[in-house]
Amino acid sequence: MTSSAQSVSVAMVGSGGAGVLTTGEMLLEAACAGGWDGLLTRLVGPQIRGGEAASLLRLAREPVECMADQFDLLVGIDWVNADRFSDEIPLADSSVLVCDSAAGAPPTMAAKARRVIELPLSELIKAHPTWRANMIALGAAGSLLGLEESVLHGVISRRFAEKGGAVAAANVEAAAAGARAVDARRGWVCLAPAVHKTGKRWLITGNEAVALGAILGGVRFAAAYPITPASDILEWLAPNLTKVGGTLVQAEDELASVNMIIGASYGGVASLTATSGPGLSLMVESLGLATASEVPIVIVNVMRGGPSTGIPTKSEQSDLNIAVYGMHGDAPHLVIAPQSVADCWLSAQWATGLAEALQTPAILLSDQFLGQAQTAMARPAERPPVGRRILPEEAPSPYRRYALDSGTVSPMSIPGMRGCTYTADGLTHNERGTPTSGARDHIAQLDKRRDKLDAHPYGSLWATLEGEGETAVLTWGSLTGVVREGIAQARAAGVSARLIAPRLLLPTRPAEMSSALAGVERLLVVEQSHGTQFLKYLRAHYDLPANVSVLHRPGPLPIRPHEVCRRLLEGESL
Amino acid sequence: MNAAQPLKCRPSDYKSEVKPIWCPGCGDYHVLMALTRAMAALGLPPERIAVVSGIGCSSRIPAYTNCYGFHGVHGRALAVASGLKIARPDMTVIVATGDGDGYSIGGNHFLHACRRNVDLTYIVMDNHIYGMTKGQPSPTTEPDFDTALTPGGTGLRPFNPLVVALASGANFVARAYSGNPNETAALIVDAVEHPGFSFVEVLSACVTYRPDQRAWKERVHPAPVAPTDDPARAARRLMTDDGFNLGVLFRGNRPAYAPAKASELVAPEKLEEEFEV
Repeated sequence: MTSSAQSVSVAMVGSGGAGVLTTGEMLLEAACAGGWDGLLTRLVGPQIRGGEAASLLRLAREPVECMADQFDLLVGIDWVNADRFSDEIPLADSSVLVCDSAAGAPPTMAAKARRVIELPLSELIKAHPTWRANMIALGAAGSLLGLEESVLHGVISRRFAEKGGAVAAANVEAAAAGARAVDARRGWVCLAPAVHKTGKRWLITGNEAVALGAILGGVRFAAAYPITPASDILEWLAPNLTKVGGTLVQAEDELASVNMIIGASYGGVASLTATSGPGLSLMVESLGLATASEVPIVIVNVMRGGPSTGIPTKSEQSDLNIAVYGMHGDAPHLVIAPQSVADCWLSAQWATGLAEALQTPAILLSDQFLGQAQTAMARPAERPPVGRRILPEEAPSPYRRYALDSGTVSPMSIPGMRGCTYTADGLTHNERGTPTSGARDHIAQLDKRRDKLDAHPYGSLWATLEGEGETAVLTWGSLTGVVREGIAQARAAGVSARLIAPRLLLPTRPAEMSSALAGVERLLVVEQSHGTQFLKYLRAHYDLPANVSVLHRPGPLPIRPHEVCRRLLEGESL
Repeated sequence: MNAAQPLKCRPSDYKSEVKPIWCPGCGDYHVLMALTRAMAALGLPPERIAVVSGIGCSSRIPAYTNCYGFHGVHGRALAVASGLKIARPDMTVIVATGDGDGYSIGGNHFLHACRRNVDLTYIVMDNHIYGMTKGQPSPTTEPDFDTALTPGGTGLRPFNPLVVALASGANFVARAYSGNPNETAALIVDAVEHPGFSFVEVLSACVTYRPDQRAWKERVHPAPVAPTDDPARAARRLMTDDGFNLGVLFRGNRPAYAPAKASELVAPEKLEEEFEV
């Protein structure tokens, strides 16, 4: 890439511990401080130390929600185990590869990149024992990208400030040396000048955005059992819940964590836990309890490769089935899927409010990509609608917790309220909550729990709907940004298509989907699952056009925008 | 609790109109009697008490009180109760389950509830059998007790819940017999008033599947020595007792679980500042 670009993609790879994750964060921070937008994901193996690691960045003039088709710059601090994820770092003829002159470039990667720059990394470190290779590489990358050197040095100084001035200065010197080493090629992978931005901006990950959104939505209790890639949510909540008067407790397992939040929420405190596929599997029985006893809870499920232990560190959209169909019995509940890192903030608030207002469990179906990607975003101007629990206004006699004649949602008393005691029950019960095995009560309460969800006005947040045309692409979750970009590429080639991405996966919205699909003759479904779970879900719940095709793949290889574009341009064969 | 309001003090004030499903002669009736007597003695209004249970005959007990109740899934009562108590420390939370629920499917939660030491009272109505599913062996069933599921008996050593509770960190360990409702009520009062996790094992006979347990009446006896606060001494006593010693057997002095509290609260919107570029 010789001329300046709207977005450039950078991969920094090294063995675990080489510091590529930190380097990626600092490069993103420097770009954001310079006015650019960006997205950073990390690629790691399961090892804590000594495995492979990569920072994947996309820097851009405007906000970006997905990674690009290929990488413009690949910086290798070392190549130990780099072949393990070379498939996940596609290169083009125009790509620039930076490597240590002592190590050279691995033949497979060098063959893909036309231009190779050798940096004397090992030599410089030998001469300057306080320098670190990742900082030299960071300086070189910043220069190749045309970033303001003083901004990058400011980021480095702040990052190492607490380690003392000498450490910070050594790291700045190292970065400056890296920049000097590629001086003749400054701006080789150049970004177009930054767009001036006003207002507050955040650098935030999807997991952080979920956690912040949950607190804004009213969550004040969380139970936690560690699991990759959801632990970040719980670790952020631990100190921050305390600051707002809430509590996080570590549970002994996911069976306990889900039941702890049910207990806390029964006590009147909006509650959340976060997990991934294996944990969600354990929680499913008690999700049914929350449905039957009408106790609001939020479970954030950050999807990773499955089944079983699968690929804990990498993204997949394969928990759709368990989220939608996992429970035994007829158990209506909410399933909400955020569509971008920024949308995690909104969706978490919306899910919390809906769970509270509808007295039902909500599964927030995020994924590893969204959860662990860090992005620059403008501070959102507006908050989503806030839902609140309906409480009994005065003590009716007798109090009927599961009343059928008080609107679609029956008022829920909170322990401590006089005259409104009741026993919440997972057994089929009557309006008072008393267990029964009769058909009439069973059907009446099943109807009640279905109808309260179906009758709620969800508004325009139910889905993202964009564009016109007789062709539509239906997708969900983190694939939304990929599809949006794929459609934009197709539009540039003269083919238009609609984007339909439901944020609300349960309850289904047949009327709204029908109007979103009105006039659509060809439909492309895009999803990251091996078994086309989303396509099957759509077929089960919605009337689709006759001409339907699917672009799907399990993790960890992401679906990229150009693949969506290619399918759209193939047109007839869709 | 609002100290100004008149306190109810009759056991009948804590009973609901729901008729128990228990068999005639079931020991659990006496546990319910003891529980409502204890509530009256504690003088707490019903709406300040929550009774949380799992699944099984004994776990039906919440709905038979007119306190706040939670009848959850099998084995998870302690988790529900822990969440409730941590979120609502102003409530008095009593957990009541059986030996199958508490010691088998819920066994891991038992260990960690003892260890966590949340201020709960845990009553296990132990009849050494799964009654609701019609007579299968529980963790406390004798090894030679013949059942349809385990012809000739399990051959397994029975679980010793009191020793496990002590070793796991429970702050109060007692054994009661449902046939002595006044003594059981007094033990429950003591357990509720003691800080931290209080465990009360109540021998509660199943007259349908374990008619032999009618003989418990003759076998139970008050513990011969006063309760100790020394876990090592308590362990020796519990390891060697005959399973029919009644009374408080260990009274510890660990402080109850107390989650972190901020000295000064901030507005939720304030939390976003850490993300500002």
